[in-house]
Formats: sequence, C-alpha cells, structure tokens
Amino acid sequence: MPPWGRFAPGVVLLVAAALPWLAPNEYYLQILTQGYVFAIAACGLNVIVGLAGQLSLAHSAFFGVGAYTMALLATEAGIPFWIGMPAGVLLCAALGWVIGSICLRSRGSYFAIFTLAVGIIIHLIILKWESLTHGHVGVIGIPGPAAIGPISFDSSMARSYLALLFLALTVLAVSRLVHSPVGRTLMAVRESEPLAAAVGLDVMAAKRLAFTLSAAIAGLAGALFAGFIGFLGPESSNVETTFNMLLYVVVGGLGSLSGPVTGTFIVYGLSQMLAVLQQYQMVIFGLALVLLILFMPKGLAGAVRRLAPALAKPR
Amino acid sequence: MELLAQQVLNGLVTGSVYSLVALGLTLIYGTMQVPNFAHGQMFMLGAYIAYALVTAAGLNYWLAMLVAVAAIAVLGVVLERLVFRPLRHAPHLNSMIAALGLLLFLEAVAQNIWGEEFRHMESPYGGVASLFGLLVTGHRLILVGVAALLMTALMLFLTRTMAGSAIRATAQNPEGALLVGINPDRVAMSTFAISGALAAFAGVLIAPISLVYPAMGAMITLKAFVIVVLGGMGSVPGALAGGYLLAMAESLGGTYVSSAYQDLIAFVVLALVFTFKPTGLFKEAA
Repeated sequence: MPPWGRFAPGVVLLVAAALPWLAPNEYYLQILTQGYVFAIAACGLNVIVGLAGQLSLAHSAFFGVGAYTMALLATEAGIPFWIGMPAGVLLCAALGWVIGSICLRSRGSYFAIFTLAVGIIIHLIILKWESLTHGHVGVIGIPGPAAIGPISFDSSMARSYLALLFLALTVLAVSRLVHSPVGRTLMAVRESEPLAAAVGLDVMAAKRLAFTLSAAIAGLAGALFAGFIGFLGPESSNVETTFNMLLYVVVGGLGSLSGPVTGTFIVYGLSQMLAVLQQYQMVIFGLALVLLILFMPKGLAGAVRRLAPALAKPR
Repeated sequence: MELLAQQVLNGLVTGSVYSLVALGLTLIYGTMQVPNFAHGQMFMLGAYIAYALVTAAGLNYWLAMLVAVAAIAVLGVVLERLVFRPLRHAPHLNSMIAALGLLLFLEAVAQNIWGEEFRHMESPYGGVASLFGLLVTGHRLILVGVAALLMTALMLFLTRTMAGSAIRATAQNPEGALLVGINPDRVAMSTFAISGALAAFAGVLIAPISLVYPAMGAMITLKAFVIVVLGGMGSVPGALAGGYLLAMAESLGGTYVSSAYQDLIAFVVLALVFTFKPTGLFKEAA
C-alpha cells in the first residue's frame, strides 16, 4: 500500500466532519446536508452501474418510494421518522429484489430500456395515485427525525451530521461489498458477463444483490430527503433525477468508492452556488456527461489514479 | 361507430409519426447496437427549425421542412463522427451514457434558444376536409400520405440500392459485412443521417397538429423504444407495423379504457414483454 493511501480515508473523514462548521450560514448548511443525501443516492447508483456495469435508469423511482413511504407513514399514520425511514429502506430492498429478479434477465441495452420503463411506471403511479400521494401537490409538513435521548435533530447542524453519519455508513457498506467475493463477481460481470458465467460464478445472484442494495440505498437517501426538507413532490422520482445522479457518479468516477461522493459535491455544489449556472445548467451538464465519457470515462477518480499513483488508493 | 372511426383516424396520424421515429431508432440500433436515447431530441429540433423558418423567416412549409430535415441529417452525422464513432470499441455502457448526455444537452439547448413555452405552427392546409362522412383537417391527411411515401421510399432504398443493402448487411452480420468489403464507417454515417432525417420529417409533420416545446422529444423516444422492442430491435418491418399498432392501442385504450393512464399503456406493455421474453419479442434482425 502506498504511504498516502493509508491516511486518505481518515483525512477525508476529518474534512467531512469539519465542513458543517465551515458553512457560513444556515443556507449553505442545508445545501451541504442535501449534498450528503444526494451523495448517498449516488453511492447506491454506483453499485449497480459502476460496479456491476448495468445501466439502471429506475434509481430515482426507488428514491421516490423511500421518500414517499417515510413521508406518508408520518403524515397519514403518525408513524415517526425512526420507524418510517427503515420501513422505506426495507420496502425499496424488497421492491429492488423483485424488480431486479425480473429486469436483470435482460442484458445491456434491454436492461437499460426495461429499467427506464419501470422507473417511469413507478413515477407515473406516484404522480397519478392522488388519493394516496396527493399527486402534483405532494406531501407537506413531514416531521423530521425525533430526538434520540439527549441528542436532538432539530438544528440544521445536527441534521447535517446525521446525514454525514448515514453517508459514512453507506460508503462503508459499499466498501464491504467491493472487497467481498460478491464484489469480485460483480467486477467480473462488468468486464465480461459470459466469461464470468463460464467460470462458474453465480452471475444472477450477484447482480440481484447489487440491484437490491442499490435500491435500498436509494430508499435511504429518499427517506432522509423527505425527513430533512419537510415537503415532497413527485418530481423527486422522475427520470431527470436519475440522470442527475448518473452525472454525479460519472464525474466522480464510475466504480470507484469515493467517486460518487466527490462527484456529487462538485456537481451539486457548483449548481447550487453559481447562480449564473442556473440558466445554462443542463447545457453544461449534458455536454459534460458526453465529454467525460469520451475523454475521461473513469471520471476524477480515474484521473487522480493516473496522474498521482501515490495518492490513489489501490484496488 | 363514428367515434370509433375517428379514433382509428387519430391512431393512423399518431401511428405515422411513431413509425417514422421508431424506424430511425431501429436502424441505428440494428447497425450499431446503440440505443440512441437522444433520438427524440432530433425530432424536437427538426420541429423547432421548421417552426423558426416558417414564423420568423416566412419560408414556405415544404421548404422549411426540407431545410430542417437536411440540418438534422447533418446533426446526426456530426454526432456519429464526434461521439458515437470514438466510443464504438469502448464498453457498451459508455455509448449509452453518452446518448443520455446528448439527450440532456440538445433539450437544454432548445430550451435556451426558444424558451419553455409551447409554440404553435400554422399549417398551410388548415382547412377541414370531409372523408367518408368524417371531418378531418387537410394537414392530417397530408401527414398520413407523406409518411406513407417516406416509408415506401425507405423500403425501396434499403432493398433496391447498394447503400441500403450495405446497411441491411451490417445489421445482419457486422463481421460478415466487413469481410465482403462494406465500409462500417460509411454505413454508420449514412444510418445516422437517414435516422436524423426521418426524425426531423416526423417532427415537422406533427408540429402543426401538436405544439412545439422542448420536452416534446422525451416522450416520443420512450414510445419509440417500446415500438422497437415490440417489433424487434433492429427490425425495419417491426418498427413500421409496431408504430401503427401502438398508436391504435393508445387511441382506442385512451377512449374506451382510461384516459388518465393512457401514457402508462405503452410502458406496461413494454414491461410485460420483457418480463416474459427478456430478449424482446423477436430475434434481432434487419
């Protein structure tokens, strides 16, 4: 292991822990918190797209399901965040398992188109099932996380650290997956699925696990999003949200552990900070996606790995 | 009975547009195995270019159509050369992500130039004609006729000319086509040009009936994917028949079953097909 690599996770953690203190005001603190939440979702997308090489376009649908589960349980049934959030995650995992079992039998372009259709169906259900989801109006007045013992989550600072904690747990979970036999199988599938199957790896089981985990992580991000913002609209589950998350992952580096987090911070941060960008945001984002894939397909993580091998973490 | 006939006529109009768009998508998939997610944006840009020429420059509708078609064909060639050709030997995932990037880019460009509002384009054939007792605007009849002409021309091109045969050969067997001396670069370029032209024709034809707006391409791409999956990825007759079939199903389903969930029909059909046949209804073929 190169000498730098050993300290990298600790340094990153320190910087991350310091960031909420450095935020100049409440507004930036909230953006930071949302950045953590979207980074969690991007990590989830990275599991299925970056690690397993399967372009799932249903990711924001799971984000929406997690968010709406938490929000509706809280507002309609009075069930608190700490029960509603895990419920959303579990529902997404179950849905992910079922949908993954069906969609993953299709490969390549077929899988992308299939998941795109599934994502749109889920989004349209959320949009049109007005008696449950309130359609376009959305859900308002969603209660945030209640205090655990002496720790209250009413302040933006506390919520920021709570989001950071979940982000760290997510990265840890993905890291465990990467270094497990299933993770190796997924990378083999990404390079060549027929070859992976030919050497006797259980390709379907590994892909299904990746899809389920990816959906559960999206659900977690969705539930946190709903609980922190306090209101929720159907646009959280539309396909454009998936495209945004895809951009975060591609900028940071497909398949790298830290990539989705850095990508989210750069892209989401820039889009929030620079008002000038607002009008031309999608022109720039779309072009960036094309140029990155053409010239830097491994994103920032790949560039860092190439330019400064001593800094990069070994695989 | 009259309602039914009216809905069938509507289905025919929408079906003509669906088929033209799906034909372009299936040609690109057949020859290059790229699902061009940005295909609907070429359709949308075609409509906008014609709209700008007709309203701002006062150009004749047919002239505007030809200019728009030529412009989008060139755009198709440019995208092939600059984006899809360099990615041909990269992992499949990369060209799919690049296509998604183009989708976002082209739509945002249109939004920046023309804004988000819905635009109306006059047709020179706004008059109402009576056809077997049904009232129909002249433009709808012209749309159905022009679309049929274009499809016939495409079929003749693909079956009767060397360039068309080269496209079909590449779709059937890329290595075999290369072995008999077919230039894959030229095939890719001509396929993208034809595909862009067909999308632009469809966009300009439907513009006076539906409105012109930046997001008009997104839904039609999705519908075209459904059609192409139903008809077989890469299959030309499949795309042709599939377009009319889906439009009829939507038109009749929207009238007799549920109009709120009309847009859902296509995606549910797609999901059902993939659930039972993970590789699509037909084997990939030209």
